[in-house]
Amino acid sequence: MQPQALRRGSWYQGGAVRGAIALGALPAALAADRDGAFPHLVRALIDGIYSGALRMTGSRADAEDLTQEAFVRAYRALGTYPPDRIRELRLREWVWTIAANLCRNHERRRARRPEEALDPDAAPADPGAGPEEDALASAEGTRLAAHLARLPWAQRAAVVLRHVTGLSYAEVAASLGRPVGTVKADVHRGLQQLRRLLEEGR
Amino acid sequence: MTDLPARLAALRAPAPARLAPAVLARTGLADAYATRPSPLGPVFVAFTPKGVSLVDLAGDPSRFEAAYRARFGRGLVAVGALPTRLAAAVDRALGGGRTRGVPVDLAGLSEFQAAVLRRAAEIPPGEVRPYGWVAREIGRPGSDRAVGNALAANPVPLVVPCHRVVRADGRFGRYSLGADANKRLLLEAEGLEVAEHEALAARGVRYLGSDTTGIYCHPTCRHARRITARHRVELPDDRSAARAGFRP
Repeated sequence: MQPQALRRGSWYQGGAVRGAIALGALPAALAADRDGAFPHLVRALIDGIYSGALRMTGSRADAEDLTQEAFVRAYRALGTYPPDRIRELRLREWVWTIAANLCRNHERRRARRPEEALDPDAAPADPGAGPEEDALASAEGTRLAAHLARLPWAQRAAVVLRHVTGLSYAEVAASLGRPVGTVKADVHRGLQQLRRLLEEGR
Repeated sequence: MTDLPARLAALRAPAPARLAPAVLARTGLADAYATRPSPLGPVFVAFTPKGVSLVDLAGDPSRFEAAYRARFGRGLVAVGALPTRLAAAVDRALGGGRTRGVPVDLAGLSEFQAAVLRRAAEIPPGEVRPYGWVAREIGRPGSDRAVGNALAANPVPLVVPCHRVVRADGRFGRYSLGADANKRLLLEAEGLEVAEHEALAARGVRYLGSDTTGIYCHPTCRHARRITARHRVELPDDRSAARAGFRP
């Protein structure tokens, strides 16, 4: 058996990746050993990408598909990049560029088939809350998520990346391929609109 | 109203546990497996992008995953279901014994082993052939013992039906998946008349011929089974068949 294979095998225990590589060290690790480092990239980013995709699409099933597709495309792209380029990658923004594009294309396809309703099960996670708070927060969260899913795409994408996934404005701008000033304005307008919708809903 | 950014931040949701394994399986960095029902009870079915790579009776998942790593040097992750098309083919094989055309990944096996398994996969459900038949069919007559070894090491039992290959004297012989008795159980489930088969074998019958067509074949072959009792001739071996004017 190859030492490489042994080493890679040892990173899996019951499906989990053992021994994390921090996101900052990942570009160099990926440049040196794409297959070995890629599971760490997935682990580092998958919750954020899934959360963002879930809130952009409003559907768990779509978010799962789009998240998978984004990582598969990232993996294939890494195979075509020279090591120097991989070392320079800002990974979070880079994977989000791919994922946001997929989400936007998905949105366009859905706009052409408007009969598809939003997934009512796409309730938010509420880490750390007790069962009572959980029920309350879920109801509120579900309403907020529904309003969010109805914002125009540019505002929704900017609000989700900035406030759900916690990217900086610079990272949001890079992920969406738009100027920082534009995404700031989109976030601002999006939040305004959400506040209005929430107040009307009361 | 509470702070809107904080409420948006609370909309973060952890990805479902199956998502990362699914990504790794799709990039080929890990293979995946699912549990499927079979006549012998639930089985683990591992697969690569090429097809089924390992099958075993379902037991301790971590032992199956460790065995997979040891054998293939690759991670193995549990998934809820097989890919749709593969699932249909695998369930046809596990349920009704229709093993023909199920994609299998025989990487890591020798050419001889792979040839044995591919030929065995063509034996129709409910029929059996002797080890020597497989040896002749793959162009290696006389390699009966090596054929037996290749089948005993079959990584994908049930999907490649090594249970349809039996001893030259018609007895079922050994079986690698669970107990030897499972071989009989599987053949019975596929519709083989086990008692009839064993009675013929005990009488030393290796082939059945038809005195109308002059053709003979293995007793469980669907052509042989079509011969009506009046025209059926029991034959002990190739030579006596040839002497009596039969052709295969």
